[in-house]
Amino acid sequence: MRFITSIAAALVEAWGELRVSRLRVMLSLIGVAVAVAALTAVTALGAVAEQSQREQQERYQGRPALLTFMPSDSTGMKSPDPSLTTTAFQDAADRYGIDWTSRVLQDSGSVELPRGVTEMPIMAVDPDYGTMHRIAVREGRWFDADDADRFAPAVIVSTDLWKELGSPDLRTHPHFELSGTSPSTAVVIGVTGETCDGQCLSMTMLYDDFVKTGFTRIDDGPGAYIPQPSYEAWVPPSTAKKLMPRIASAMSLALGDGWQINPSRMDYAAQLGGYDPYLPLKLAVGGIAGLVLLLGALGLVNISLVTVRYRVREIGIRRSFGATAGRVFFGVMMESVVATVVAGLIGVAIAVAVLKNPTVIGFITSSVQDVPPFPISAALIGLGSSAAVGALAGLVPALVAVRVKPIDAIRL
Amino acid sequence: MTLLRLEQVTRTVELPDAEPLHILRGVDLEVEVGDHVSIVGRSGSGKSTLLNLLGLLDEPTSGRLVFDDVPLERMRSGQRDRRRGRDVGFIFQQFNLLPGRSAIENVVTPLLYAPPAQFWRRRRLAADMLDRVGLGGRLDALPTQLSGGEQQRVAIARALVRGPRLILADEPTGALDVETGERVMALLDQVAEDSGAALITITHDRNVAALARRHYRLDAGVLTPTDADVAVGATVPVGTSAAAAPSPVAPAWPAASSPPVAMPSAFPGERL
Ligand SMILES: Nc1ncnc2c1ncn2[C@@H]1O[C@H](COP(=O)(O)OP(=O)(O)OP(=O)(O)O)[C@@H](O)[C@H]1O
Ligand SMILES: [Mg+2]
Repeated sequence: MRFITSIAAALVEAWGELRVSRLRVMLSLIGVAVAVAALTAVTALGAVAEQSQREQQERYQGRPALLTFMPSDSTGMKSPDPSLTTTAFQDAADRYGIDWTSRVLQDSGSVELPRGVTEMPIMAVDPDYGTMHRIAVREGRWFDADDADRFAPAVIVSTDLWKELGSPDLRTHPHFELSGTSPSTAVVIGVTGETCDGQCLSMTMLYDDFVKTGFTRIDDGPGAYIPQPSYEAWVPPSTAKKLMPRIASAMSLALGDGWQINPSRMDYAAQLGGYDPYLPLKLAVGGIAGLVLLLGALGLVNISLVTVRYRVREIGIRRSFGATAGRVFFGVMMESVVATVVAGLIGVAIAVAVLKNPTVIGFITSSVQDVPPFPISAALIGLGSSAAVGALAGLVPALVAVRVKPIDAIRL
Repeated sequence: MTLLRLEQVTRTVELPDAEPLHILRGVDLEVEVGDHVSIVGRSGSGKSTLLNLLGLLDEPTSGRLVFDDVPLERMRSGQRDRRRGRDVGFIFQQFNLLPGRSAIENVVTPLLYAPPAQFWRRRRLAADMLDRVGLGGRLDALPTQLSGGEQQRVAIARALVRGPRLILADEPTGALDVETGERVMALLDQVAEDSGAALITITHDRNVAALARRHYRLDAGVLTPTDADVAVGATVPVGTSAAAAPSPVAPAWPAASSPPVAMPSAFPGERL
């Protein structure tokens, strides 16, 4: 209670002091507010840019740590048998308690669109793939477990393909024909972001549906071309190194002679070997912002040093009414901190206002369609650094204030 | 009961290129709870230096100072500050109100250093205290909007708001005209009396000194007890004229009889 009271009392004192010297406070705080606004904005921009870049990378390469296993037949004699390799992979994954797995197959196939039969890239995956690659679905939804039981295969189309279909409302169950050995009707359940001026027609479907449809051309003869999926497992980055060879050897053991499993790790974190790819960017941004803030702080120190001299008498009076040296130190410090935190709040507010502006956000992240939420971390950094600057700027005048001898001060 | 005791206290300041200056030379003084003491002396005789010692703002160069049975040397500086806040109230010649702060904010100031019970009721306590000095209607007035007498009354309220046991007034009427000074002094005397606090007044004014129960003279750093007339006669009276001022009342404070000046409630709104 006593402690809380002294903090409260110091705050009351600081607030009273700030109210009395409004002008000086305003003057010195404009600089701090501007600096904090700049720092917060720059930090937020960095965070948004980093997030959007990371999302893009994760989309194509997976989230850390994403392990890929490619079975291949080293003898060239055996025909690939996906059901066999799938079992081997699934067993290995179960053994090591891996929850997130997906088969992945990139192929192409023909679909019947309003403009005619069109050949396009088709990706065949399992539902987990969406989480493992942080796929953002713009319309509709990603696959779930129930989609495997559907009679008409669910597909997720690219934005360009969706437009080709006439941008239909997904609640109307838009559909088109898939040509294969057993043709079926695909129902569009989601739309992903890819677009390149109508050129990127592509779609994603569940692996099992893909196999059932039998896109492989029958003319090529049996066994001529059986697409072989690769297998992805999403594991905690710390265990990735250990798990990679173990899963590979478990799989090859299960498959027997002649099979080779090539494990690899694709995500950006693996390629960078633990280095933060954004470190230089962060350092540059942080350096500039820090410099701006330092200038603000210097202005503040200057002004509070000048005013503390005016206040020697006042400090003496306070001492004579029971203020301890510690309280005087804390009080002067507090004034500075209270002032800069108020300025910091204003600065953060300015930064938020600016960055919520869609045109501004468009400059940095052209790939992001929606305005991303303002990063809380940036706001916290802005506020934290304004408090730190306040404490730093308050330190010098506080030291001067403590050295004031009450008798000399009152004698004046 | 002894509140404060000085034994052979000296205060010397070292000067950079001169002989050390002996401001106080072996001062003995004992102040009882509820005492009223006046100290007179020439300018430069060391009165303010002595008062700063009594108020724990300064330390003796030699000798002993015992406050409330605790020797000064046994108090650490933080304890000394806290004790000063709790037990001592200062009133200065130049009022020393915090500039730019309203009357009530000034009176609240000592409560910012008070224990929780007083801190959280600070506005109530301050308003009550200002009411007692007749400024209940001027709570939000700034020092610049107050007359000298009113400012000194704010200062009195500030000195008394924490209920100190010792009030130290360093020429409290020095910046006021004679009549106002008398009224302020009567008020100070009354509130000190009401609260049971000891009051030590430094003054040049014979009428002010006359209100005290015991009288001392400080001459070149030596403190000697006197009776009231001798004490006043030895000073250089500033702003005092026997003709203009009513003659001093008896040396002994007539506590039971009518006070020489009206009570605070008698002059609400009147500018002192
Ligand atoms: N810290 C100091 N350094 C140098 N000289 C000092 C110091 N403090 C006091 N003095 C000197 O000691 C003497 C006594 O000072 P003090 O303020 O106690 O006088 P005073 O009796 O209050 O005078 P006045 O009536 O004018 O207020 C003065 O000559 C003053 O200049
Ligand atoms: Mg003096």
